[in-house]
Amino acid sequence: MTTAATRQPALRNAYDVEAVRRDFPILATKVRGKPLVFLDSGASAQKPRAVVDTVREVYEKGYANIHRGVYQLSQLATERFEAVRGKVAKFLNAASAEEIVFTRNATEAINLVAQSYGRTFFKEGDEVVVSEMEHHANIVPWQMLEMQIGIKVKVAPIDDAGELIMEKFATLLGPRTKLVAITHCSNVLGTVTPAAEIARLAHAKGIPVLLDGSQAVVHLDVDVRAIDADFYVFTGHKLYGPSGTGVLYGKKALLAKMPPYQGGGDMIAHVSFAGTTFREPPHRFEAGTPAIAEVIGLGAAIDYVESVGRARIAEWEHELRDYATARLSEIPGLTIYGTSKSKAAIVSFALDCAHPHDIGTILDMEGVAIRAGHHCAEPLMDRLAVPATARASFAMYNTPAEADALVRALRKVREMFA
Amino acid sequence: MSDLRELYQEVILDHGKRPRNFRHPGDANREAKGDNPLCGDKVTIYLKLSPDRRIEDVAFQGRGCAISTASASLMTELLKGKTEAEANALFGAFHHMCTHDDAAPDLPKSLEDEFDRLQVLSGVRQYPMRVKCATLAWHTMKAALDGAGNASTE
Repeated sequence: MTTAATRQPALRNAYDVEAVRRDFPILATKVRGKPLVFLDSGASAQKPRAVVDTVREVYEKGYANIHRGVYQLSQLATERFEAVRGKVAKFLNAASAEEIVFTRNATEAINLVAQSYGRTFFKEGDEVVVSEMEHHANIVPWQMLEMQIGIKVKVAPIDDAGELIMEKFATLLGPRTKLVAITHCSNVLGTVTPAAEIARLAHAKGIPVLLDGSQAVVHLDVDVRAIDADFYVFTGHKLYGPSGTGVLYGKKALLAKMPPYQGGGDMIAHVSFAGTTFREPPHRFEAGTPAIAEVIGLGAAIDYVESVGRARIAEWEHELRDYATARLSEIPGLTIYGTSKSKAAIVSFALDCAHPHDIGTILDMEGVAIRAGHHCAEPLMDRLAVPATARASFAMYNTPAEADALVRALRKVREMFA
Repeated sequence: MSDLRELYQEVILDHGKRPRNFRHPGDANREAKGDNPLCGDKVTIYLKLSPDRRIEDVAFQGRGCAISTASASLMTELLKGKTEAEANALFGAFHHMCTHDDAAPDLPKSLEDEFDRLQVLSGVRQYPMRVKCATLAWHTMKAALDGAGNASTE
């Protein structure tokens, strides 16, 4: 049997994780007197100093409302805000910045598509295809359309490894299918779905595709044009950026024919009581004052990730995933959910002797923060036939030693419960 | 580990692993389902209530963490033979214990021994996220007594 000591050296590569860790001030924190081992970045990631500093600097030196003021401070804030639109477009390899809509989070981005695109172009009896491993954010907005206009949500099943069963998915694409809305990376299983293949199959039948990239953009180099996604959504706070920032990418031709989602200031061309006209996308979809400093902070997060290098981060995370998976597998009575070969550094598991909540509490006493619960994916819990799982999600700042700390803490759980 | 042992006392681990009265009595005449949507804990409480509203039998089924299972198990042991008023008084005192540091008010002397046995769960006070685990069975028992059918910690 290989021991941890012999396996660890394989992780040595050019990636300087200690330097990365120094960029995240919170990682120096202690929890209950023990060093913080933060393995819940899949819920929300910690922020690098560059992001914290940028947000503070905006408020201290460069804050004003955008798209309104004739004064210099407002113009500068507007320029910095709009520059992030371009940065996000480049990050996703979108064709232009006009295809990037800022939202509060991925949830709002999906609701925008459901309420604007869906309510306009779907009719009673039309179908939206989702998968069995969706986050509630990519289920409930479509169920609301079921209630509002009588569409049907069809569910593409997954196999026991946690992969989408492509043959079954293909058979769900019928004449009434109006949209495919599927995760690009499962927040529970870590499975990275074959996004380009999903789009190819859907497009062959003239069906547009929305991908939930909330987890994927953190772990993969996403190229919306290579995938040929029609809509792509993600949230800023999982990408090391501030909360309150989200992104909807939509192909220009699609956004152009979509009506506004919310009405208010900043989204209008002219307002009169005789009739109001709307601005062109993306501004048409951004009513009211947005999260100005936070969006500028999201720009700093993207810069930070790019400076470390997405490919290098992905390589590091894959090693962490493999190491953590191997170490966890040594624990008797531990089951890992999600064994796809195409998998991000998200490891869900259960112990035969302890409920995930008891695991979470005991790990917390050891300074190890994980998620325990249904992960906003109750239908997936039903598919796995478990009430909940424990989940360790690894980020660019995690280390093999932290995977070891997780394993040590889990052994304490076993001592207590087994 | 000492803090942990305060939460996970031997009594709790024992009841969590080997819950008492984990069954569905055929002659139960009251039942209610409880769930904690955040963690997926589910419990069904069964009561056999006499015409003078005494709990002749109480049992439960369901799945949950060690805290919620142990709490349900202990509750069934304590409530058998109690009147509805006594069950409500114990629930009030128990709920107070889980959420407050000071002593529970107004508990009849006759229930002090039962309340003492519930002290093993007082550790949840330090873990606000876990209070709902400890109180789920009691909320559900109350719903069964009241004929409400369902209880949720939300």
